[in-house]
Amino acid sequence: MVSRQFNLKRKFGLRMWLASSWLACLFAVTLFAPLISPHDPLAQDLFSSRLPPFWMDGAEPGYYLGSDSLGRDVLSRIFYGGRIALSVALLAGIATCLVGTALGVISGYLGGWADLFISRLVDIWMAFPPVLFAILLIAVIGTGLTSIIIAIVVIDWTRFCRVIRAETKSQSAMDYVTSARVAGRSRLGIMLVEILPNVLPTIVVLLSLEMGIAVIVEAILSFVNLSISTDFPTWGGMISEGRTSIHQAWWVLVFPLVTLFLTVLSFSQLGEGLKDRFDPVLR
Amino acid sequence: MKPYLSIRNLSVSLISGQRVLRSVSMELSKGAVRGLVGESGAGKSMIGKAILGILPHSLIIKEGEIYLEGVDLLSLTPNDRRKKIGTSAALIPQDPLTALNPSHRICRQIINRLIDILGWEKPDAIRRAYELLDEVQIPDAKRVMQSFPHELSGGMRQRILIASAFAAEPKLIIADEPTTALDVTVQKQILKLINEMQTRHGTAMLFITHDLGVVSKICQSLSVLYSGKVIEDTSVIKFFTKPKHSYSRALLAASPKYTDPKSNLIPVPEKVLSFVENQISLSDEAWMNDR
Repeated sequence: MVSRQFNLKRKFGLRMWLASSWLACLFAVTLFAPLISPHDPLAQDLFSSRLPPFWMDGAEPGYYLGSDSLGRDVLSRIFYGGRIALSVALLAGIATCLVGTALGVISGYLGGWADLFISRLVDIWMAFPPVLFAILLIAVIGTGLTSIIIAIVVIDWTRFCRVIRAETKSQSAMDYVTSARVAGRSRLGIMLVEILPNVLPTIVVLLSLEMGIAVIVEAILSFVNLSISTDFPTWGGMISEGRTSIHQAWWVLVFPLVTLFLTVLSFSQLGEGLKDRFDPVLR
Repeated sequence: MKPYLSIRNLSVSLISGQRVLRSVSMELSKGAVRGLVGESGAGKSMIGKAILGILPHSLIIKEGEIYLEGVDLLSLTPNDRRKKIGTSAALIPQDPLTALNPSHRICRQIINRLIDILGWEKPDAIRRAYELLDEVQIPDAKRVMQSFPHELSGGMRQRILIASAFAAEPKLIIADEPTTALDVTVQKQILKLINEMQTRHGTAMLFITHDLGVVSKICQSLSVLYSGKVIEDTSVIKFFTKPKHSYSRALLAASPKYTDPKSNLIPVPEKVLSFVENQISLSDEAWMNDR
């Protein structure tokens, strides 16, 4: 027991703290966006267009990170854009995780034809360029939050499937699985009760990485205007709009970009940190 | 008396056609202990796995019957077979380090068996689990029950595995080299424990090992395997005093003696070796003639 507490302290390093506090802040801010946003993210005010951030000359109070060419407040738009980004991260991440894990565990434990079929399917799937695949998919099923989530699940379940399959295979070779088989456990029982808890650390790590990827994919789709309708702010959409006026108002591009960067970095660092934390050798 | 377990002409092959077990036959009566000895790759573990229905995917049973309590296991549907084996047989695995699920507490792993196999209620199962831990001489049972496997030592884990093998009162236990992964000092205790438990519960046991010393201590009869074939099936006393087969003699002579540490190894007779190398060219009769 003593050694476990020691590990907890040692493993929960600076990286994890930074990453999780950034994500926690972001989560709180997007959750309470209507309460703390200085402006309506959609309110246009052509008299106050392209206002610089607060520390530069010509800044106006209330527009902390400046405004875009239509006079919309950048900070408020980042807050509201975060709602889309985080809900996509959570929903798409979890959905991808469920689909990929289920297929991975089945493929890894059952072996034989099921494994052959699923593995070849993954191989074929991975040969498609993911972003083009997503764009094609959105073009077919239409835009909207649900479509983005479906697109992410469809292009990314293979990542989970591969890793979980490998992990399941190595767990299946362990004697405890044999013992469970001798004791008469059903296949489903073995997968759920014996194997799943042991691949859970890997699932958690992958889930964290997947959430970062989901944020990026959502931003890419918004950037090419294939996300949700343009009258709702998204980070990708802001970056795309900011690109056109980068010489006059760089802040419209840079702030959403930095937010996106930090968010994705935090998700991946959280994943890395969790990986160290869960490493069975160090545990 | 009718044998509790009887195997007749069991042959197992790789999918590629190579034979792993060659018409193996053996019998085990109630409460008896039979040793299965032979070198690595002789097919000792495969017999155990075939009985328990846990052969790897790459191996198939070509022919033969396995009777457990008079029921031919191989003629049952997979589901019935699983239930039959679950209620009447258990395995003591080789490596205690991987044989306990690392993410469940010990308590859960023992009681699950009672709940799954015998359909017990949880409080009864917990009470029984404490009795079992007491029986395998684990001190501080309360702490152990709440521990995860990685918090316990190898010997401790093997004790727990023995406890959970005997938990559902199986009539047959297959011990697959239960002491190989342990320290020599712990080995002795574990052997003594297995022996005691076996005698007390009157369980029939198939003891797979390559340690002849162990066989002499706890088995009554033994089967010597070589290249997937039972080449000698005899009582322990006869085996140590008058081994019939030349391979058995070589096996016995392979243990170094205190009295003559410099004695040479007796090589396995050439006939036996050539049998392995040219498995097709030599018939099984030529192989048996060496007796």
